[in-house]
Amino acid sequence: MDIQSTEYKRCTVIKASGRIDGSNAPELGAALKQLNANGIYNVVFDMTDIKFMASAGWWVLIDVQKSAKPKGGELVLAAIDNGIRDSLKLVGMDSYFKIYDDLVSAVGSF
Amino acid sequence: MKKTRKFTGELECLGEVCDFVTDCAKKCELSEAQVYAVQLAVDEAVTNIIEHAYRDRAPEDFEITCEKLPDGFQVVLRDHGKSFDPNSIPEPLLNVPLEELRSRGLGVFLMRKMMDVVEYEFDPEDGNVLRMFKKKGG
Repeated sequence: MDIQSTEYKRCTVIKASGRIDGSNAPELGAALKQLNANGIYNVVFDMTDIKFMASAGWWVLIDVQKSAKPKGGELVLAAIDNGIRDSLKLVGMDSYFKIYDDLVSAVGSF
Repeated sequence: MKKTRKFTGELECLGEVCDFVTDCAKKCELSEAQVYAVQLAVDEAVTNIIEHAYRDRAPEDFEITCEKLPDGFQVVLRDHGKSFDPNSIPEPLLNVPLEELRSRGLGVFLMRKMMDVVEYEFDPEDGNVLRMFKKKGG
């Protein structure tokens, strides 16, 4: 999986593309945890190019959120595809993240 | 339309599984949202086969049959792993504080939410048989 990281003044943007499922969710998790290990807890996950997200992916994001919040940080989500967003809402997991329609708004929230 | 394909029980097959099921689902007059729902349910089901039914074993094949029915789309998954009844998995606790959230059961919960029918049978010869159905329209 191609994972790109871009640092901004008050947050870091992580971007991945394609599918997130059981085969590659650990890789995404490792990339996000590495940011935490480097003391970065304000993170935007740019989902512009994510076309499919299985529960394995959601659990990675939840784990990261669980690490970030006690440190005063937060993981926010940007540009989620409608199909993915609907499934997220259906299981009530959207309440655990701030969700922005676009990357600019997400970065600007910090 | 009825198509059956075998896959090797490794997580790396999930993309191929999705392509196969998507291709079949699109021939059954399902909307884009319904096709996504099928993709998600099948992905969760296959992940359960690999991580639970075939846990601690060398990867074995499993089979997916997609069929167009008069009122929708049916997917049947067959594997010869350990008996794994999704009905035995309790619903996850959601809408709880973040620190109390646990992952167990979310995949099965998604299957039930995404599909109109989720039925499971275990047969000593056929193994685990999971049937899921999505109504078209609506």
